Amino acid sequence: MEIEIARPDYDAATKVVIERYGRDPGFLIPMLQDLQNDFGYVPREAMEMVAEVLHIPLSQCYAVATFYTSISLVPRGRHLITLCLGTVCYLKGAREIGESIQRLLNVAFGGTTDDRLFTFQPVNCLGACALAPVMMIDDEYFDKVKLRQIPDILAKYSAQEKRGDY
Amino acid sequence: MTTKLAVNLPELQERARRQWDDLKHGDQPILWVGVGTCGLAAGAAKALTAAREELAAHGIEARIVPVGCIGACYLEPMLDIEEPGGPRVCYAEVTPEKARLIVQSHLVEGQPRPDLALGTVGEVEAPGIPRLFDLPMFAPQVRIVTRNLGLINPEEIGHYIADGGYGALQRALGMDPVAVIKEVEKSGLRGRGGGGFPTGRKWRSGREAHGEPKYVICNGDEGDPGAFMDRSVMEANPHAVIEGMMIGAYAIGSHQGFIYVRNEYPLAVVRLTKALEDARKHGLLGDNILGTEFSFDVRISRGGGAFVCGESTALMASLEGRPGEPRAKYVHTVEVGLHGQPTVLNNVETWANVPLIIARGGAWFASIGTEKSKGTKVFSLVGKVRNTGLVEVPMGMTLREIVFDIGGGIPDDKAFKAVQTGGPSGGCIPAQFLDTPVDFDRLTELGSMMGSGGLIVMDEDTCMVNVARYFLEFLQKESCGKCTVCREGVSQMLFLLNRICAGEGREGDVEVLLDLCELLENAALCGLGTTACNPVRSTINYFRGEYDEHIREKHCPAHECRGLFRYEIVAEKCRGCMACLKECPQGAISGERRKPHTIDQEKCVHCGLCFAACRFDSIAKV
Repeated sequence: MEIEIARPDYDAATKVVIERYGRDPGFLIPMLQDLQNDFGYVPREAMEMVAEVLHIPLSQCYAVATFYTSISLVPRGRHLITLCLGTVCYLKGAREIGESIQRLLNVAFGGTTDDRLFTFQPVNCLGACALAPVMMIDDEYFDKVKLRQIPDILAKYSAQEKRGDY
Repeated sequence: MTTKLAVNLPELQERARRQWDDLKHGDQPILWVGVGTCGLAAGAAKALTAAREELAAHGIEARIVPVGCIGACYLEPMLDIEEPGGPRVCYAEVTPEKARLIVQSHLVEGQPRPDLALGTVGEVEAPGIPRLFDLPMFAPQVRIVTRNLGLINPEEIGHYIADGGYGALQRALGMDPVAVIKEVEKSGLRGRGGGGFPTGRKWRSGREAHGEPKYVICNGDEGDPGAFMDRSVMEANPHAVIEGMMIGAYAIGSHQGFIYVRNEYPLAVVRLTKALEDARKHGLLGDNILGTEFSFDVRISRGGGAFVCGESTALMASLEGRPGEPRAKYVHTVEVGLHGQPTVLNNVETWANVPLIIARGGAWFASIGTEKSKGTKVFSLVGKVRNTGLVEVPMGMTLREIVFDIGGGIPDDKAFKAVQTGGPSGGCIPAQFLDTPVDFDRLTELGSMMGSGGLIVMDEDTCMVNVARYFLEFLQKESCGKCTVCREGVSQMLFLLNRICAGEGREGDVEVLLDLCELLENAALCGLGTTACNPVRSTINYFRGEYDEHIREKHCPAHECRGLFRYEIVAEKCRGCMACLKECPQGAISGERRKPHTIDQEKCVHCGLCFAACRFDSIAKV
């Protein structure tokens, strides 16, 4: 996932997203999610524009953005680590995996590392329980994850960054 | 309103059958590859790439058909190979190396590999290879909703139509809408989302409700952790869901439908979007469907990652672009639902059952199942069980048959402890009720519920107090906070459970928990709160001893609650490899190379890293 943190032209991209859903306020959540995909988070400027075009109060946008966990109002890291904390993953050691990630990256649940490389986002269930414990980094799945694999998995992404693979 | 050319279903069917015959009886071999979320996560793409390379290396041209998950998720990635006129042989756990080997043997040398094959699919058999659906994990199943899963390409509307798809829609359009509702009533179908409300009755109320427009909604916000039936159906057979919604819309008089899909299911959104586009292109959605007066269309919306949105009123709030807070249902949503209009909401599996009920008749459907729970139920059988995956069984099958016959029992010779059903709203059912027939009412009697269909098997290593704690932690995070009882009650229950699991439980905590259960059950606003008592009460009912041991002896019998058991090194097994010593963040482990190590219990923080690091099973939990 390519994320550009500072993108000056919020207007054009925001307009595209609003039109994609036919200016229907019922699709506010998908709109905010699409904006997040474009910007890496939902910038205030974009949200203000959404409120204006849809004729809804900015407070409603803010309420929605803060109610749903998939929407972030602050910039996220370059890589999104999604850890499944569903029942089966939990039974098979996801809690320990989560703690290991927190310790290795010095990051809280839902937080972003200081170097903005990773955002760590546990989710309720990815629905791939047969492969538990499951985690994803961006779009790549890691199935039947073992605690001792975590340092290597994370190191791979950190190393890519240092080599400038982007 | 533009009038489209009247679409003729027999013509579409004829075309679809030709397309299917061309595929099946063409002169190229077919590679069927399972590309559901589980298949992809397990590495289906890598296996397919390897297979393609091998084919190219030998100059073989083959047709690649992506299919959904057949249900045996633990055997993914799956790759089926079918030579022209030959058997369709299913190979499981296909690594890139195995993919090359299979292509080499099966297609280059013309020799299917019984040693690597799982089974054959379809009529043509292969010597030495069993039929897939005769295998113990498939044989007891009755595949109705899942009949097409893994067998057709979900992105090809023609595959669905060739199998009889949209025939039920045509049949329904030739019936009076009330007759359609009667057929669904006759079938005895009850909502598969968890509540088990009779679908026909809901539709009748929807039809009789005053107000235009009316809406139909498909609830694809499968939030229960451990449940993925709806994901599989949406990914592997999206047209069945759409056809069901169309029949429902016709029956109640609606022209607009919505499918609300969880944010965590991006692939389901892709497949449904494609299916809707294709249906529109073929004149199956839009104005004057199949040349009748009936017009209908469907839009997809994505959830935002909130469990409470599986609740119907919260889902509708979410579809209106508001936070997903439920409302009290003094007035039912069939009368005042989305945008204040009459709305019929059913879950994915319920909608997917509808076309079959119309095609084969309500009486046929009612002949399957128990007295009050008709038809089949799709479960996701997961947890500490050998054959994890999707299973579809007639209502009334016992838990033992599901867990041990289909699921193959518990791995690693561990003992069965409980099966958890219904997600955070359900409870744990212990071994003494394994012979209970599974239906809506029996599960409720046992203090659990059907829920959307997750069956999570737990073995002796699972602490039941911690399971209750896990679910309450889940619910506390997901409680929307609108009603005080749920917001404060769930938090208080979690506080007590945390305390018990940390070894700080006090006498009387269990009684307070039970009081809180009663409070929530009677006073919470929505289903999330009223059923929050189930995980707690069922574990207290059936596993009271474990609670007492935590509270009185500060010991966790399953060795799961941190601090309530110790890690010790078994000197006889320890080889002195120093792996644990290096892992320990506290420096609590000491010892020399090739000599047994020891753990300083004063320094140990019970993080479990040493246990995970040891490759010789020489660290014991006591």
